[in-house]
Amino acid sequence: MALDKYKLAQRIARELKDGYYVNLGIGIPTLVANYIPDGINVTLQSENGLLGMGPFPEEGQEDPDLINAGKQTITTLPGSAFFDSALSFGMIRAGKVDLTVLGAMEVSENGDIANWKIPGKMVKGMGGAMDLVASAKNIIVAMMHTNPKGESKLLPECSLPLTGIKCVKKIVTDLAVIEIVNNQFKLLERAPGVTVEEIKSKTAGKLIVEGEIPEMKF
Amino acid sequence: MNKVFKNADDAIKDVQDDAVIMIGGFGLCGIPENCLKALVKKGVNNITCISNNAGVDDFGIGLLLKGRQVKKMIASYVGENAEFERQLLSGELEVELIPQGTLATRCMAAGYGMPAIYTPAGVGTEVAAGKESRVFNGKEYLMEYAFDAGFALVKAWKGDKLGNLIYKETARNFNPLMAMGGKITIAEVEELVEPGELDPNQVHTPGIYVHRIFQGTNYEKRIEQRTVRSKKS
Repeated sequence: MALDKYKLAQRIARELKDGYYVNLGIGIPTLVANYIPDGINVTLQSENGLLGMGPFPEEGQEDPDLINAGKQTITTLPGSAFFDSALSFGMIRAGKVDLTVLGAMEVSENGDIANWKIPGKMVKGMGGAMDLVASAKNIIVAMMHTNPKGESKLLPECSLPLTGIKCVKKIVTDLAVIEIVNNQFKLLERAPGVTVEEIKSKTAGKLIVEGEIPEMKF
Repeated sequence: MNKVFKNADDAIKDVQDDAVIMIGGFGLCGIPENCLKALVKKGVNNITCISNNAGVDDFGIGLLLKGRQVKKMIASYVGENAEFERQLLSGELEVELIPQGTLATRCMAAGYGMPAIYTPAGVGTEVAAGKESRVFNGKEYLMEYAFDAGFALVKAWKGDKLGNLIYKETARNFNPLMAMGGKITIAEVEELVEPGELDPNQVHTPGIYVHRIFQGTNYEKRIEQRTVRSKKS
């Protein structure tokens, strides 16, 4: 069965390593913070100027001066630090952030990503996405395998305007975990009960399947 | 020289039509509320705003958009404003969307006296169109120019009469960068104090960058996305 967005976030959380500095994008990536495995300590970076982001505040404790990049009210954890937007993208550009998780509309075999603009629709802007994908050492895309029309989002080439080129390393979808190796999608894991055939049929780009593909473990 | 102005109307009184203005804040967090309202009141037109966002329909830069005072918006994300969308689609408003880190660094470069910076953000995308690029250590970077803005409007938590500023929490965001980057920087603060009352170790923006300062009033500090957790968890 395909994963729901919570299970998807839970699977991505297993990619976290102790000591990581992590930037989580808006949407499913934000949910990853709820599933950080026991014994793993990570520091969350919010690109509007905070390291050490904590959970949402309790009701009545909301502080308008303390928000995340999605403009949601948040809290800080002990040991957090505030900084300006240039420093924030400075640490991103310099490769200090260990992992970036973000959503996408399309990903191509060579790791190009499109997630900011659909021609003909109102364009809201790229925000920090182009900066993040251009510099992050390790980018995981969290997305559904197909779009609402049922079309594959894993393509030989992106059709939408690009956010960044040759940058995605791994993709976790509701159906599979896929790695990008030598300009190809390589199937690593499948969602419980989902067959390799189904994943193949919903992947428009070339999919490499080597040996037995294990089910994701939770 | 006296930098202290009595209020926002007084501080922005020489901002003219066609001005290029940096406006601090991220979403509605840390925006110069008093100065924005004063610009609406003064009716300055044809302005170019450099700001990460464009406010919401009835607050922040949204107030300037409502009065059709904005000619061009330079921003990274503008998704929260229906009037903005209407003006964009009807062609009344010119919009330049640029990556957030590029926006921040172009402000910073202006304050650092550097004409341009190199960044990998946007390489291989439509953002790169027409821009000079250069390869350093095998990686491609775009050259992006420092902003040239006549005014910067910023909001700080505390400031002294010499213009030294301290920001609070994530309301810092673009404010110190724009404070550095404007030719004339106007700071509004929640608390204006005497020189000596701020700890020099804690100052974020040295007063040399700030030309005018005033004590702001009636801060609304609107929250865009109020998110809370239950007390049990």
